[in-house]
This record gives sequence, structure tokens and C-alpha cells, in this order.
Amino acid sequence: MIGEKPKGVRAHLTVVYPALMLAIFFIVPFGLMAAVSFFHRQPGGFYVTGFELTNYINLYTALFGRTLLFSLLLAGLSAAVCVSIGFPFTYFITRMKRRAQVVWLVLLMSVLSLSEVIVGFAWSLLLSRTAGLSNLFVWLGLIARPVAWYPGFAALLFGICYLAFPYTVLVLYPPLSRLDPALPEAALTLGASPLRTFFTVVVGSLRNAIVAAFVMVFVFTLGAYLLPQILGRPRHWTLSVLITDAAIYQTNMPLAAAMAIFFMGVSLALVVLTMMIGKGKKVKAI
Amino acid sequence: MNKTLRNMFLGLVVFLLSGPLVVVGGVSLNAKKRLFFPPEGVSLRWYVELLTENSWLIPVKNSLAIAFTSSLLALSIALPLAYFLWRYRVFYARALFALGISPFILPPVITALGFLSFWVTIGLYGQMMATMISHAIFFVTLPLVTISLGFESIDHEIVEAAETMGADSGTVFRTVIFPMVRPYMISGYAFAFVLSLNEYIVAYMVAGFTVETLPIKIFNSLRYGYTPVMASVTVVFVLLAALIFGTIGRFGDLPKLLGALNPEEK
Repeated sequence: MIGEKPKGVRAHLTVVYPALMLAIFFIVPFGLMAAVSFFHRQPGGFYVTGFELTNYINLYTALFGRTLLFSLLLAGLSAAVCVSIGFPFTYFITRMKRRAQVVWLVLLMSVLSLSEVIVGFAWSLLLSRTAGLSNLFVWLGLIARPVAWYPGFAALLFGICYLAFPYTVLVLYPPLSRLDPALPEAALTLGASPLRTFFTVVVGSLRNAIVAAFVMVFVFTLGAYLLPQILGRPRHWTLSVLITDAAIYQTNMPLAAAMAIFFMGVSLALVVLTMMIGKGKKVKAI
Repeated sequence: MNKTLRNMFLGLVVFLLSGPLVVVGGVSLNAKKRLFFPPEGVSLRWYVELLTENSWLIPVKNSLAIAFTSSLLALSIALPLAYFLWRYRVFYARALFALGISPFILPPVITALGFLSFWVTIGLYGQMMATMISHAIFFVTLPLVTISLGFESIDHEIVEAAETMGADSGTVFRTVIFPMVRPYMISGYAFAFVLSLNEYIVAYMVAGFTVETLPIKIFNSLRYGYTPVMASVTVVFVLLAALIFGTIGRFGDLPKLLGALNPEEK
């Protein structure tokens, strides 16, 4: 019964409503935006239907190139940091007793419920000179005077990793909790050190999950809009900021649309590339 | 030696994770507007202001209304889709699933821009309904993923047993499948709800100037002179989330809901 081909109108009826909703409210807006990217922008903010490549040509500026590159690098770095910390973290969580796991998961869910703007606000306080962590360090005698650690690239990276961390854990949780405990045990019994076991057995058997988590955080971070403005300097502003700026403040929808389409193309290409590299060779059965 | 390293690692992560929570809590209870370390004076005045000032109550109401309806709408789209993909085998299954998760995995600015062009063309730009529908589509991914996870965990034998005993597909869905998937529907709804409360860019682009949601109000107040009331509202929502997920954790099977399989008791 399960997994058979749908027969008749009634069977297909289930999927009509979701497909229709997604078609009308997602595909159409998307197509519309793609079309707008070819429209002609009139001075004063309006745009008329047309077909021209001006907007795409106008992308070819130093600002756009630099911002695109920065956004990609920031995303890649945050993904690397999040997964490097999140993977062992989630692994430890999944090895705990059920009860302990629930406590950790509830903590993570509570952190997840913090909005991007609040995360930015909280970290701007924590990294400020007057009320931040540096005061704690002064009190502990580690540094001489309190110092402001924001705005700056490190602050931004920190904030983004913080924001993406609960999602990283949630994505890694299912595969890690399903990892057969017998596998690392077997490696340990055969004489491998715990560190070696971790890297060769645990990381090795979950490569796909790690790649998936990396891609997820990468894409998630690409969308950062508020944090770069709160925790970073203008040179740290990402493409999302630039696009919104063009759309709302410069009322240049066609340009914004062109930037968005280009942005999407580049991210999609990188995602596909990462997944191809990540999947690797298939292991031959013995 | 390994145990202590592990505990130090976990301790550091906890410290960093809860840092912002502590700060936000501290600001919300701070007697003065500006926060200094060590903090000076405790006061509940910001909570009082939250409950009495219209300038805060209206965004809170807007956000709650939008979150409530959009998550419900998202659920209504995700459930039949997930069911269809699990129940039947079609050659376009992958494409359909990709369509379902696309709104969320694209950078939000792109989806927001798409919605902006759409609503401006339709003429509903600036209406709360536009925000509700936009959020519903944007967050369809969440219940879709959680419900698919739930369907994955259904033992096919149970469904076959019900059919062998004479139940038609409607009865099977109602009595066997639906109760098994219901907790995942609830967790999907909860996720979409919480994320909708905090969503900024789609809400801003679609109706930001007429329908002020909570994140929009907070970001504005951050830009033009902050007030600790935004910390109070955050504390309330974090406590709410902790309560909801804590309840699920206490009475339900949170690890299972998040993807763990049924293990033997550790």
C-alpha cells in the first residue's frame, strides 16, 4: 500500500492544495522577481515593463563584487566554525542519558527562540566596553582595562555562529543519535585511542551529515541581514543588506531583483559544488 | 582525562550559549536605562511598560496574530504534501519536496523581494494578510521537515495490519497515521510559530510600514534610541518557548521528535 503509484483523481487530490499554494505564492512571486530584474527603471523609483540587461550590467561594480565575496567568505567561515564546534557538541549530547538530553535540547530551543535582532543586541552589550565581558576579564585580572570588542568582524562572526548554532545541532542530532554505539566501541576495543576513534569512525561514517550541516549553515548565514548592521562596520555589511537597501531606500527594484537573482545563482552553484565534493567516493562492499 | 575535557568543553559552550540570555534578563530587570557592570538596581518597570504601553502592545498583538495564522496555514500545506510524498511513489517527488523546502533555504532577502514584487502587483502590499500568507509560505519548510520525520518513523506493518483488518484508507489515516504524526505536527507548528514571531525581513518588506511586528519595533527602537522594554518582551517569549518545549520534553518524547530513534534505556 505505501509507496505505490497514486491511482485516480482522489489520490492526486491530496497534493493539489499544497502544490497550488506553493505555485501561486512562491513560484509566481519568484518568477515575477526574475522578470522585474529585466525591467527598466525610471528615475523617481518606478519601473516599466521591458527587457533589458542594464541591471545585470550595473552589477559589475566594485561594491557588489566585494560585498558578494565578503558574504560568501563570512558564510563559509561561520559554517566551518559552527560545524566544528557543533559536531562534537551534538555527539556528546547524543551519548548522554535521555533525561540529560532533554535538558540540553530545551536549552537549545530556548536559545533558538531568540530573534536575530535580540542576539545582535545581547552580543553588542556583552562585547561593549561598559557592560561587557571585558569587565569580567578585568575583574579576574586577565586584562588591565575594559575594552570594546564590537563593532568588528570577530563580533559579527561570533554573533552569526551563535545564531546558527542551535540549527546546526538540530540538523546533526538525527544522524548522530542514530549512530550505532557499537561502531566506536569496536574501534576502541581494537586499540584505537578515543581521539582517533572519533575522527576515523564517528566523523568518517557521518560525512554526509556533516556536509549537509555545513551547507545548511552556509545558506543560513548568507541571509544574515540584521547582525551585520548591529555587530559589524559598514564594510562588513552583507549582500542581503545591499539588496534591501537597493529595493527600499533607493527604490530600485529592478537592480535589487538582478542582485538577488545573481546572488541566488552563485549560492546555488556553491551548494551543488559542496555537495558534490562532500559526497565523495562510494565505499566498495567487501 | 577525557571526561574532564569533555565537561570543560560543554561548560564553555553553556557559558557562551546562556550569556545573551543572562544579559537580556539583566537588562529587563535593570532599574536604569543603560546597563553597567556590575548592574545597579532591580526593577520591574520595563515589564509594566510592556503591558501598558500601546506602542508595544500593538506590535505584540500583530506578531502573535501573524504567527498563529501563518503557522496554521503552513501546517495545512505541509501535512498533505508530506502525506502524499510518503504514501505514494511519483517521479516528481524529489522536485515537489525541493519546492517545499525552497522558501526557507533561499536567503530570506530573495524570498522577501519576491513577495514584495508579488504583493505590489496584486495590490495587497501593506496588508496584514500579505504578511500572514508570506510567512506561511516562508515557513512551510519547518512543519514539512518535522512531519516527514514523523512519517519516516511509522512502522509500515502497523498500517498494513490495519488494512488487513478491513479499514479503508480514510479510517487508516484517521485512526492510525494521524495520531502517530500528530506530535510532529505540533512540534512543526511550534517551530514555525516561534520563528514567525522573530522574523524580520519578510515582514518588513511586505508590510513593514503599516503592520509593525515585534522584530520591526525592536530593530527600530535599537536604531533610534533603545529601551529595555525590548529585553522584557524577549524574556517573556524565551520563557514561553522554554515552557512549551519543556512541557513537550516532560510529557512527550522530545529526542524522538527531533529525530532520535527509540533506543533501549541508557
